[in-house]
Amino acid sequence: MKKISRRRFLITSALVGGGVLIGYSATRPSRHRLANTELAQGGEHYVTSLLKIEADNTVTVYVPHSEMGQGVHTSLSMMAADELDADWELVNIEQAPAIDLFANGDIIEGFASEFGVPSFLEGLISVSAIKVAELMNMQITGGSSSVRFTGEFGMRTAGAAARQMLIECAATRWGVAADECTTQLSHVHHNASGRSLAYGELAAEAALLEPPEDPVLKDPSQFNIMGKAISRVDIPAKVDGSAIYGLDAKPAGMLYAAIRFAPVFGTKLVSVDAGDALNRRGIKRIVELEDSVAVVADSYWRAKEALKLVSSVFETSANDNTSSADIYAGFERSLADENGSKVIEEGDTEAAMELAADVIEGNYRVPYLAHAAMEPMNCTVHIHDDKVDVWTSTQDALGIKARVAKIAGIAEDDATFHHSYLGGGFGRRLPFNWNVIDHATLIAKEFDVPVKTVLSREDDMQQDYYRPAVASNFKAAFDAEGNVLAWHNRFTGPVQTPGASHIPYAIINQSIRVVDGDTHVPIAAWRSVDHSQQTFFTESFVDEIAHRAGKNPYQFRMELLQQHPRHRKVLEVAAEAAGYGQNLPEGHALGIAVQESFGSIVAEIAEVSIGADNQPVVHKVTCAIDCGWAVNPDTVEAQVESGIIFGLTAAMYGEITIENGRVAQNNFPDYEMVRMATSPEIEVHIVESGEALGGLGEPATPPIAAAVTNAIYILTGQRVRELPIKNHDFSRVNPLAQV
Amino acid sequence: MATFKVNGIEQNLDVEPEMPLLWALRDELGMTGTKFGCGIASCGACTVHVNGRAVRSCTTPVSAVEGQDITTIEGLAGMAAGANTSAPSLTAVQQAWIDHQVPQCGYCQSGMIMAASALLASNPNPSDAEIDSNITNVCRCGSYPRVRKAIRSLATA
Repeated sequence: MKKISRRRFLITSALVGGGVLIGYSATRPSRHRLANTELAQGGEHYVTSLLKIEADNTVTVYVPHSEMGQGVHTSLSMMAADELDADWELVNIEQAPAIDLFANGDIIEGFASEFGVPSFLEGLISVSAIKVAELMNMQITGGSSSVRFTGEFGMRTAGAAARQMLIECAATRWGVAADECTTQLSHVHHNASGRSLAYGELAAEAALLEPPEDPVLKDPSQFNIMGKAISRVDIPAKVDGSAIYGLDAKPAGMLYAAIRFAPVFGTKLVSVDAGDALNRRGIKRIVELEDSVAVVADSYWRAKEALKLVSSVFETSANDNTSSADIYAGFERSLADENGSKVIEEGDTEAAMELAADVIEGNYRVPYLAHAAMEPMNCTVHIHDDKVDVWTSTQDALGIKARVAKIAGIAEDDATFHHSYLGGGFGRRLPFNWNVIDHATLIAKEFDVPVKTVLSREDDMQQDYYRPAVASNFKAAFDAEGNVLAWHNRFTGPVQTPGASHIPYAIINQSIRVVDGDTHVPIAAWRSVDHSQQTFFTESFVDEIAHRAGKNPYQFRMELLQQHPRHRKVLEVAAEAAGYGQNLPEGHALGIAVQESFGSIVAEIAEVSIGADNQPVVHKVTCAIDCGWAVNPDTVEAQVESGIIFGLTAAMYGEITIENGRVAQNNFPDYEMVRMATSPEIEVHIVESGEALGGLGEPATPPIAAAVTNAIYILTGQRVRELPIKNHDFSRVNPLAQV
Repeated sequence: MATFKVNGIEQNLDVEPEMPLLWALRDELGMTGTKFGCGIASCGACTVHVNGRAVRSCTTPVSAVEGQDITTIEGLAGMAAGANTSAPSLTAVQQAWIDHQVPQCGYCQSGMIMAASALLASNPNPSDAEIDSNITNVCRCGSYPRVRKAIRSLATA
């Protein structure tokens, strides 16, 4: 793999009081012509990953990513501190402020230009050149990218560079060769003479040096901090109520807004009758926006109660009678009528189908899904004295700051973003999902005090940007011996994640095409993006092929994965740990699935039975993940547990349906979640292949749906081709002989 | 006027009797440790203790807690320690949450910890089934396996 050149990014500057700040200059390399053109107004600016060493020997790592429970503050700091050979006890971790100096778009874009655009951003980058410029001003957290990009290319390099500079200063002061010096626990040592200097004593001099052009990173055998299960720094505040989320912002004099959106997406407000709302206690004003009406009061509850008294008329639209059934019928028409766009065309699938001794078909479908982050969407904005302050939980602080400033009509330099923890993100808090941010700003424009706009859980569920509903039809051709000859797949788009529908299996003839799946329902990235739907489809249909071929689904996969040793390894580790092929408790079966996404390869094996209510019970999920190597193994395990449960909720219960053009679901009772009672035991095995770091926030989500439904097939003989599982009746149990 | 004690301190609030305790705590008293999740007592993010019992504050009007003792996540350790000011600043449950690295985004964990604390106070050694039926809070990050481990570590201690 090509190495990204590090030297062009490094900069240093002296700190007042005698310290050093290591960071990155983002002068664009000449081959990034498009970005350069779009960035012409900007000269050099500074990007990501700064670490600061002060005279008192403390190290501060500025993390330019949002902490939403993935442990990124801890993991990224571990990477910088380890390369620096810092004493972890002396390391402070700070959320980098939302200023250009800490944009991380450059790192991502720089990486993208050399290795290909990270798939979760591809849609954003390719849409228009303008969006490339917008990307430059992001501080984005998504695509399971923080540790892989900012950590690997930013934090480690900054730490290693700083360490080399500190050694150089010490060597000069002592009049010895640099290679006679060693570092440990925030000190440089010259063992031959027994001399030592603390980093803090060298920092002021180090600030005067040119940073090394290509600092040498540690070999894993030299790691002191990376690879250890270090306790997360954000956890103590999360057990005593002191952690502050966007919804907890409380600037002085704040008012609260409750909002009602046009229920049918894309329609506008026609008229409002305030009724008695304005006569109620604490009500300040009713604000009419293009697509919504808001009540502003001195308490959120008062605003919400008063909003119930406000009647509103929204315009009618062509979608007023649209239902999920209509949307699915449209998908079927596209699949029947369109040739679609090529995803993969290899060999001659058509000829193989004609020559085949047998062809099987499977038509699959999944519904829209809401993100349903625990912290309902909210945004607090204060416009005053030609300045604007914003508080919100976001996966892109810089982007949100720019958006709010633009809508408020205030220069970006006069905008201040106030960071907080995120009560879940999962893609909902990425840029371009602008509702609540835009609305909060427009509402706040009517006041000179801060206004916090809060979506109720019902608003949050009905005004999301959803995981797309997708239909996917398959055919497979077999020869007379039962060998699979061809893979034919047509699915509805749009493609948000190129590659998600690819299969790793050695099938010579493949035809995969995407047809139009656009509807009026707004969509966005949802944890693991297209992988969550596509893996359910492909890993289910591969299972169908295996059973049709009379093969054990595990053996079948292993045979067709000869060219993918990493896939084979995670399957092998998971199968052995799960006791695959051994005796199971009566009425239990194992289902298997594997998927590569965001640079990590994950195999999951679900142990399932059918419960007394004829619904499946998932007893245990055994997972093996090859994420290259583990920066913080405990965080890896936590993310895998999290990804599995998130995907299991979707598989078992997740369903947003459209009735009369609008979302039918309201709150958790009709958008159910896995809870303690339905949460399986989860066993995680980390396979350290030593390959490039893979992502962690998302890759455990994709395989679980198919792992569970593949087990259900063994238990019942019923192939679940439509999610969620709860909609199926498993009362006619007709178990297969386990092959 | 609504009158009740929050973490041992008497509060007199000039609010409507039907205002949910959640919003009285958050917007009137500025105590934001108790979280808004669903507003209909489904998710448990707003769980507090009323006289030691776990209650979902988002559907509990202040009129229903008149004169009662409320404990929130902010006061959990202090209320447990009582007059003993040398007591640790975290309860055993909170410490177990750190030891087992339970929270991820953390938003639901105030409610989760309040629910677990109330369960363990009334049933020091709950079975898995009792944990399942008592801890019905939603955690979107899927911290459930660690919640169970943390509770069990306390039960067997």
